[in-house]
Formats: sequence, structure tokens, C-alpha cells
Amino acid sequence: MPVFSIHVNNQKHSVDVDADTPILWVLRDNLNLVGTKYGCGIAQCGACTVHVDGNAMRSCTLPISSLGDKKITTIEGLSSDLTHPLQKAWKEYDVPQCGYCQAGQIMSAAALLKSNPSPSDEEIEANMYGNLCRCGTYNRIKKAIKSAAE
Amino acid sequence: MTKIKTQYNRRSFIKSSAAASGGLLLGFSWFAGCTPTEVESAATVMKAVPKNWFNINTFLKIGETGLVTIISPNPEIGQNVKTSMPMIVAEELGVAWKDVVVEQAPLNDIDFARQVAGGSQSIRQGWESLRMAGATARQLLINTAAKKWNIDPSTCSASKGIVKNTKGEELTYGELAPLAVDMEIPKEVPLKDPKDFTIIGKDTRNVDLNGIISGQPLFGIDTKKEGMLYAVVLRPPAFGQTLNSFDDTATKQVSGIQDVIQFGNKVAVLATSTWAALKGKKALKATWKKDTTLENSTDHDVQLLALFDEKVKEPRRQDGNISKAFKEADEVMERVYEAPFLPHNCMEPMNFYANVTAEKAELIGPIQTPKWTRQRVADLLEMDESTVSIDLTRMGGGFGRRLYGDFALEAAEISKISGKPIQVIFSREDDMTAGTYRPASKYKIRAAIKDGKITGYHLAEAAVNANMFDSIPNNFPAGTVANYQVDNHQLESNITVGAWRAPYTNFLAFAEQSFLDEIAEKLEKDPVQLRLELFEEAKKEIHPEGNYDIDKFVGVIKLAAEKSGWGKTRDGIYQGFSAYYSHNTYVAEVAEVKIVDGNPKITKVTCAVDCGIVINPIAAKNQIEGGIIDGIGHAMYGDMTFKNGVPQASNFNTYRLIRMGETPDIDIHFVNSFNAPTGLGEPTLPPAGGAIANAIHAATGKRMYKQPFVKEVEILG
Repeated sequence: MPVFSIHVNNQKHSVDVDADTPILWVLRDNLNLVGTKYGCGIAQCGACTVHVDGNAMRSCTLPISSLGDKKITTIEGLSSDLTHPLQKAWKEYDVPQCGYCQAGQIMSAAALLKSNPSPSDEEIEANMYGNLCRCGTYNRIKKAIKSAAE
Repeated sequence: MTKIKTQYNRRSFIKSSAAASGGLLLGFSWFAGCTPTEVESAATVMKAVPKNWFNINTFLKIGETGLVTIISPNPEIGQNVKTSMPMIVAEELGVAWKDVVVEQAPLNDIDFARQVAGGSQSIRQGWESLRMAGATARQLLINTAAKKWNIDPSTCSASKGIVKNTKGEELTYGELAPLAVDMEIPKEVPLKDPKDFTIIGKDTRNVDLNGIISGQPLFGIDTKKEGMLYAVVLRPPAFGQTLNSFDDTATKQVSGIQDVIQFGNKVAVLATSTWAALKGKKALKATWKKDTTLENSTDHDVQLLALFDEKVKEPRRQDGNISKAFKEADEVMERVYEAPFLPHNCMEPMNFYANVTAEKAELIGPIQTPKWTRQRVADLLEMDESTVSIDLTRMGGGFGRRLYGDFALEAAEISKISGKPIQVIFSREDDMTAGTYRPASKYKIRAAIKDGKITGYHLAEAAVNANMFDSIPNNFPAGTVANYQVDNHQLESNITVGAWRAPYTNFLAFAEQSFLDEIAEKLEKDPVQLRLELFEEAKKEIHPEGNYDIDKFVGVIKLAAEKSGWGKTRDGIYQGFSAYYSHNTYVAEVAEVKIVDGNPKITKVTCAVDCGIVINPIAAKNQIEGGIIDGIGHAMYGDMTFKNGVPQASNFNTYRLIRMGETPDIDIHFVNSFNAPTGLGEPTLPPAGGAIANAIHAATGKRMYKQPFVKEVEILG
């Protein structure tokens, strides 16, 4: 298997994996960063969302060979002390139920706020459309994003 | 003051230190997320982590610093019991919530009753024992202090982790805990007056919140163990097929593949990474043979409808004489309501860890029914149940799917055959196509109307491999109509079915609440008024009773009507009413629909709930919102059909779940109550479908008879 280098949360790692291995499984199985979740494997649910050079990407369909020297940020690297405005808002609104999709929700929202610091309701809805939550926490997610944006 | 007899034996009061208990006593996720910002002010400083813990009873242990660990016995699937149940213990114990850490119990049926997540029962059935656990410990600590002071315990009081006497002397729980373990357990203890509660009724954040929002390993799928292999399983692609043969030549070329194992009609691919196991499974070439019928949903539809023409041997409920009522009716209304199979679609796909050796079997993972699963694992492995352990992880959703434990049995079998610690992981496609669905079902409801009143009511159910359970035939409107009958028909199938969030009522409530709306229209009555009149009828005690409390039911109906401005005309806003009693909780919902670009859009749901005393309002409202959104989503979009035994949706590109932007605003109102709590995991889901269907009718004149509605009418998100 080829050896790839990968920058995750400001750390450089070398991993020996097949070239087609999605970043999701490199993070989870090789680097033991399990905050990024597997949900569908076909970029339809958003549970695996990470930042690639600051942009929200679905890591389940992103092969490691396509990454080059781009830098990954995962939920574990969003802040060192839970002080990202979205993490604070998630606490204020007690957003999660089961919690499984929430890392992906937060990463999608964080990329949105980076490019659009005060999104409208419609912009939040359009941006978050790709993140599923079977528990139905959507209304709280929207409130938390709005609160973090203000 | 309420006094209760305690039920804890000496076994529960064994002194132990952290070392003796293995040291791993604290839910690490709590500390992982304990940030400097949270400990800025003295008022919020948590007590220090102690060197020694003293087991006060099976639910709690206290350290010498006064920090308290409360054990949460029940499986956590997102219903928030890991926070709400310890809150009840902490309330009666008399300790500040900030000085509590919560630890998930493993399966332990000796010390804990009913370690099950299901039926919205954890809080309801745990209420008394959780209060008793806290109150017994509080009294024990009071008795310990009183002995030290050589005074009568009745002159002492305890709160916020401190016992005080009338002289103003104080001893902390931390100081008392080492002495308390040698004290006699109080035989009778007082419970707090609910009016004095300081933790119950206060918004309390999820104890796993910090771990969730920082990506800590909390879920079953996050389990990593030394030497563990990942196992992905190839299962028959169609219901009715069995394995004929398989060729793993290509699979074995995939790097990282360690083993390929056949067990029954399945083939497991074991690998050093999940990706390798997934690739290896895809590379398997298998042939299948037909074992039983390869079924089609189109045939089920015909067969289920035909069942309505068959006479049942014994009705599930029979009051009066419906034949006579229908014969004498001025008018008979008859409607059929139809619903498809539904997969559960927990966001965390099914998975389980197992390490089976000759001596023992260790299992870890997300399971709603650990005890039942342990029994079945022991049977499967032909091992004594005492050698099988199950540790409980947080679950990425349950919704009934994780009641069944098939994934845990697979893990145990694969580990036994391979001799290795393994984790079974379902791909999303495996998860959606491997079985256990909400049964496809139909309801035929008939009403006899005479002199402007309902004189007969006949509810018939036809469902695949299932029928409504015991109390459901006694649901409203049973008890309000003199001639009342409920019949069940069942269609046998090789498609596996099971409980799905609010079993049966998740669809039955839509059928009945839609039907009542149509009756109201026929009788030219307001739908709320019709329901209130039916309850007046029920009060006459001339009918056999229904399974509900009339006053509580009327209470939520009136509250929802009031808060939603029911019946007050507002331009362009159309309302639909629904009320349902399920899983011991009373719920009424008013949905609002607007016409946007010619299509109905669901904009708001007002919800009134009577669940007894509300333990944790912020979490209770989360459950209520989730139930409504889930109910709307599945009524609108949920659809699973079969063609030649093959599930026709396999991932979220072909199966539609409700998404952001498709949910209404939700306005929640609780009935103030000090009654014992009931549950909230399911109850707000059943009425949602009827509320939106009735609002859609008000807006468009079109009635919904089949789910998903999206096939019936174009609905804007």
C-alpha cells in the first residue's frame, strides 16, 4: 500500500492505505479520530463533514489520493476548549438528542459562518440541507446557528 | 410527607475505593469537556476529583471531596435518560447538580430493573426506584451525621451536599461518605415534596453534550480494541433467498483482508480497516437461490385489502352490536388508510463489538435490550450467561431497530468462528436492506351515523406479520361509542418487521385522527367540539371504558386549542387538529398550513402535552420537537417497497428523510402537573400525521389516505 501524508488539525501524519481510501476511514481507523461519523458513504447525509482548506466536504467520498497537501480540520480540531461560537451555541440550546449527526452539522455550519458570517434563514436552510438528523433537531440547529452568527 | 419503605439490601452498600473498583469510575467525556470557562466563578466550581469513592448504593457513590457519581442504568438512544434519570437521584439525594458526574451502567440485571430503552418507559418505570435510591442515601448520610453529633436524626436536614443540625454545625457528604458505609440502611425514608424540587423541573444540559460537540468516542461504532478486526457482512439481497455459493478470490486480493467466513446464509469479510472490509464485501461473488416467495409490495396491497373481507375469529374489542348499529344508521362512512414499510434509519448504522474466547464473551455496543440480547448470545454460543458481558455505549438513534440485537448475535458468531475480537459494521445499504421494518399496514374504519351522532365504530387492521398490541384497541374513541369493534388481520410474509418508534400508533393515529376530522365535517361540527362531545359521552359510564383519563385528554385538547388560536380565522392560514394518547402521555397538536405558490406548506405546530411532572424541560421539549418533526417527515416522505423480495431503497439518495427547511416552527405547552412522570420518546409522533393531513385538507380540500403524502399532493418543504 502506498504511504500518504495527511495534515489533520495542524498535525502531519503518514498513513499506509490504499489510494482509494476515503478520508473518513483514514481519520477513524488510522488516526483514531472518531468524531467524524459514517452515515451513508455516498455524500447524502453529511455526518462525515470535515473542512478541507476551510471548505466543508463529505469525507466519505473523498479519496486520500485526491487530497494533496490540503489541510483537514475535524470536529476534534474545531477548537481546543469548546469555545467555538457554534459549540457554545450548541450548549446553550442543548441541541443534540442522540448526537450522532451533530459533529457533521457543526462542521457544515462552521464553514457556512466562515464564508457568510450572518446568514439569513434561507441561507442556513440551503446550506444545511445536506445534513440529516433522524431525531429531528433541525429547529434547534437553526436557532443555534443564528445565535452563533449574531 | 411521603415516606417509603426502602428496598436496598446490604449487598448494595459495600465500601470500595477507586482502586478496588478498577479505577475507571468517571465518565471521561464529562471531564474531557470540562473547560476553564465553566469553572470561572466559585459558584460553578465542581468539587475536586476524589482519591476514594464510597459506594452508597447501586445508583451512586460519593468521594471524600463530596463529588457524587450517579450511575445511569438505562440505555441512552437520544431520549436523554442518561441526564434525566440521574437528575431524579440527585434531587432526592440533596446534592448540587454541578457536583454530579454520570456513569453509564453496564448490563447488570441483579442490581437494576428493566435496563431497556423502549416504549417511552424509562422515566415512568424508573421514577420510584430512582427517587428511593437518592432518598435512601440522603437519610443514610443524615443518620451518619446524627450519630457523630450524638443527636436525633430528625433534627438534622440535608441539602446541596451538606447535613446541618439545629446548632448550625455542618458535615459534608464527602466527610460523611466514608462513615456512612458502615451504617445501617434506613428502613423507611421520606421523599421530598415535589414543590421543593430544585433539580427536577430545571433546564439541565445533556451530560454527554461536551463529548458530542467535540467528537469524543461515545458511540458503539467508535469502539476500538487491541487486535480488533472490522467485519462487513454480505446478506441475501432479497427476502426469500438463501446462499447458494460464493467466490472470494477477488476479495482476498484486497489489501487488509484477514479472513472470509461463511455463517448460515451470510458471508463475513474481516479486515484491518472498515474500508478494506467494505471493499472486500463488494468483491465477493455470490449466487443465491430462491427459498420462499420473492414478494412484491403491489401484491401485499391487494392481499392486505382482501383481508378486510374475511371474518375474524375474535375481535380485539367488542362493545354493543356494530352490525345492528350499521343496519340502523342514517349514513355509513367508510375509509381505508394505507402505509408502507419503513426502515428505521438510525443515523449510526448497526454495529457491535464482540470478543468470544473459550472462557467468556465480551460484547460492547449500542443495544436497546441488553438483557434479552445477552440471553440470546449465550444460547447461540452455548455458553453460560454469567460468562457473557455487555457494555452499553451511547446509541446514534434506536427508534426500535436496536431492540432486536441481530447485529450483536452476528458479532458474537463471527468472533467465535474467527477466534478474533471483531466489530460488525453495517454499511448504510446493509442497514436499510437487511430487514426489520415498520410493518406495511392498512386500516379500514367505518362509522355509523344516526341522528347526527356516531352510533357505531368499526376499526379493522390488516398488517404484514404484525398486529397492534394489547392496549391499543382501547384507545380513543373506544369508550365514547356504544357499538364499537376492533378487528385484526395479519398477512404472513418473509419480510422481517418490528417495532418502529410508537409502534402501530405511528400510523393508526393518522388514520383515526383523519377519520374523525371527516366525521366532524360530515356532521358539520368543529373537530375540537366533536372530540369534547365524545368525551362527554364517555363520562356517562354506559360504555365500557377506554384506556385513557378523560380529564387529562380534555386538558391537552383545550390547551392546544387555546394556545393555537383554534377556530379564529386568520388570512391564508389553515389549521388541522389531532389529539392522541399513547405510551401513557396525552398530546394534542394543531398544525398550520399556508398556500405558497399554489401548494400547501406546513408552517407551525402548536403542541400541548400532559406527561406528568416534567423532569428536564429543555430536554423534554427536544423530544417533543423531534417526535413531531419525525412524525411529519415520515408521513410526508417515508416509503419502502419491495420488488421480487428486494428492498427498493437502499440509501439516502433513494430514501427521503425530512431535512432542514422542511420543518415547521413548534410551540410547546405543558400541562402543569405534579403527577408521576410518563415518557416522551414516542408520544408526540403519532398525532403529527393527522394534524398536518387535516390542515392540508383545510387548505386544499384534499384528504390524505395514503402515506407518504408526497405521492398524493405536492408539498413544499
